[in-house]
Amino acid sequence: MIFATPRQLREAGVLGINERNCNYTLMHNSRSLYPLVDDKLQTKKIMLEAGLRVPELYGVVEIEHQISELNSYLSHYRDFVIKPAQGTGGDGIIVITGRVGDRYRKASGKLMTSQEMGHQVSNILSGLYSLGGHNDKAIIEYRVKFDPVFDPISFQGVPDVRIIIFMGVPVMAMMRLPTSASDGKANLHQGAIGAGVDLATGITMTAVFKNDVIDRHPDTNAPITDVQVPHWQELMDIAARCYELTGLGYFGVDMVLDKNLGPMVLEMNARPGLNIQIANRMGLSHRLELIRTHAAELKTVGERLEFARTSIAPLD
Amino acid sequence: MSKAPLLWLAGILAFIGAAFFCYKWIYMGYPVIPGTTADLWQIEVKVNFDARDRGIKASLFVPNNSSNFAILDENFVSRGYGLTTQRENGNRRAVWSIRTASGSQTLYYRATVERFTASEAENVLREPPETRDHGFEGAEFEVAKDILQSAQQKSADLDTLVAQLVRLANNPDDENMSLLLDGNESLEARINIITRLLALSYVPARVIHGIELTDQRRQTDISPWLQVFEKDRWRAFDPQTGQAGLPDNFLVFWQGRQPLIEVNGGDNAKADITTLKLEREAVEAATARTGFMSPVLQGMSLQSLPLSTQQVYEILLMVPLGAFLLVIMRNFIGLKTFGTFMPVLIALSFRETQLIWGIILFTVVVGSGLMMRFALERLKLLMVPRLAAVLTIVILLMMAISILTNHFGIESGLSIALFPMVIITMTIERMSIVWDERGAGEAINQALGSLVSAALAFMLMSNSYLEHLFTVFPELLLVLLALLLLMGRYTGYRLLELRRFKVLAEPTRPSTPDSV
Repeated sequence: MIFATPRQLREAGVLGINERNCNYTLMHNSRSLYPLVDDKLQTKKIMLEAGLRVPELYGVVEIEHQISELNSYLSHYRDFVIKPAQGTGGDGIIVITGRVGDRYRKASGKLMTSQEMGHQVSNILSGLYSLGGHNDKAIIEYRVKFDPVFDPISFQGVPDVRIIIFMGVPVMAMMRLPTSASDGKANLHQGAIGAGVDLATGITMTAVFKNDVIDRHPDTNAPITDVQVPHWQELMDIAARCYELTGLGYFGVDMVLDKNLGPMVLEMNARPGLNIQIANRMGLSHRLELIRTHAAELKTVGERLEFARTSIAPLD
Repeated sequence: MSKAPLLWLAGILAFIGAAFFCYKWIYMGYPVIPGTTADLWQIEVKVNFDARDRGIKASLFVPNNSSNFAILDENFVSRGYGLTTQRENGNRRAVWSIRTASGSQTLYYRATVERFTASEAENVLREPPETRDHGFEGAEFEVAKDILQSAQQKSADLDTLVAQLVRLANNPDDENMSLLLDGNESLEARINIITRLLALSYVPARVIHGIELTDQRRQTDISPWLQVFEKDRWRAFDPQTGQAGLPDNFLVFWQGRQPLIEVNGGDNAKADITTLKLEREAVEAATARTGFMSPVLQGMSLQSLPLSTQQVYEILLMVPLGAFLLVIMRNFIGLKTFGTFMPVLIALSFRETQLIWGIILFTVVVGSGLMMRFALERLKLLMVPRLAAVLTIVILLMMAISILTNHFGIESGLSIALFPMVIITMTIERMSIVWDERGAGEAINQALGSLVSAALAFMLMSNSYLEHLFTVFPELLLVLLALLLLMGRYTGYRLLELRRFKVLAEPTRPSTPDSV
């Protein structure tokens, strides 16, 4: 059988897309708050105001005309990331790690001319990657130098940590590790590895690659399970604090670990994907239900984190 | 959030839709199955007489609505005459009048009636009618008593009594009967004698007049029929055989012994009756009936629009059905498509090309458009000019296909012109982006999902049964709307999620590998 029965999934506590949309994102996320997380510039702003670290903003390309000056502007920076302010699913992100002569070197090692770069930025501005195809801006920002602890288990990109927050309480976490198949990107549907992370300890537990359960990285062959994510408690703390900052009831926080600067918030997502369940080999529903019943008692960030550690993490 | 308001709203919408549907279906007789033809007849009564240069009053009995027949339409043609219709004793009478006229006069009555194959359900009367005075005197009275007695002896109930009387009345050798008939051997006179004999035994009876509708156009005459009152209703008997029951093609004009036409101030009055069977769609008949029974409802219906607009709505009314299918494909099955409603628009264009050709043409246009798009990618164009260029290429491709197929004598290729080219352009654009960003597999996957959805939507939207149902009963869209609202709160799994999350349904602890 290639299908599970709905009953099996319900017993496993799997959250489906329809239920996520109906009972979580539509119910707990006010539409007026979406721009805070959909526009990465706004996200950066509220994070900085709250004293949380984000990758430094180098510049914003807002109109087509600025593209002609892009090359001279970028000459100040050796490496950087360009991304659409309102992009989804990691589409349209360019990671430049250095230069070879006139050309830029991408994270994948491929080279890119300044014309190609200009075209890509122009696509971003026309809204090719934005939600609903509106005109967009291109953000140029600091390229995260990830913590060397991840060197053996990532390939050509920036591994990140996603924590799902429901009513201020961390629900589930995963690490996303780029592979050669994902072209250095950290999205599961693009071929990145998802590894479930224990909320209490920050140690990776299970991992999936293209829906297969694995325990070694397909490119580096290093073990993926039982890896301790550094600064775990700090990551949890940042994620839980985002609840007050955004006002969203159900969302995902994507963070990276810079080897010099520590945890940074990359972006937030008001409709976080459901693959995290596969990465953790566990459904979200039971955990969400538990939080719903106790939400009223949990007032401070500390209480919520404690609840996640002691009540949510042990749930199986 | 409570589901109650949603359930109420959906319930009310569904109720309104279903109520209108049932009213039109059951009460107004709109057919639910396409191709139903109605049993329609056109009846024309032509009245002729010679005027005598003075005031004229001509009256004509005209048919009534009954349980077997409904009058859909009627009109009176009478130049210069005033017209009134009167009701008396359950009869309808048209009365034409004019102050003065001369020469030969012709008046027409025309009606369209619909026949139902209903069982003979005659009107139930609360009070029995009065028995008429039998009017037999002296010797006649004795003879009548004799006849009645002998008939009663040979009968057990009313049916057999009437049968006996009819048999006697139609027997030319019966002397007693001949005496009563007194030389007038017409059927009319015989029925009259029978009703008088029945009056003698206190059974109300009467004569009714009408015509039999038989196939094709023909001249017909008024024929009299016997009606006898039993318990609470009038029952009809054949005055020649005594058999109970009225033929269901018998259209009653009037009851009583008056003639069909009476003309004051005219001579040689004569009526010709012509009937004609009409072949008409049941929908048209129902529309005509609505117009007669409830003009307001007809004014509000789709059928009141000009024909060309109606044809547009015939297509538009099917679009929600396609959208409904898309909800199922996307939210219940979990199929991915390019654009939310793009498959519905593609399905609409399949109406002209038909399915197989539509799929072939769509694949050819999108496939070659995609190749052009990849070629353009190298030129690094801005998005809007690039889209405009792809649009132009799409139209050129469509033109090329039309010319090429026409050259080979394949007419279906011409219908490609109805493909929504802007939608196809956007599809090509989105597909090429997905191709670049997520790989060819994902792009082809979504393209197939769109095509499968479009094909299914086409099959649903071009189903002649559903098309008929929604054009005749547009109120069913309210029911569909209610369904869509309910589906908007569906929180169950999508079919493809059952596969996607299958790994989670398996036991997490390592165990012996499952066989099967």
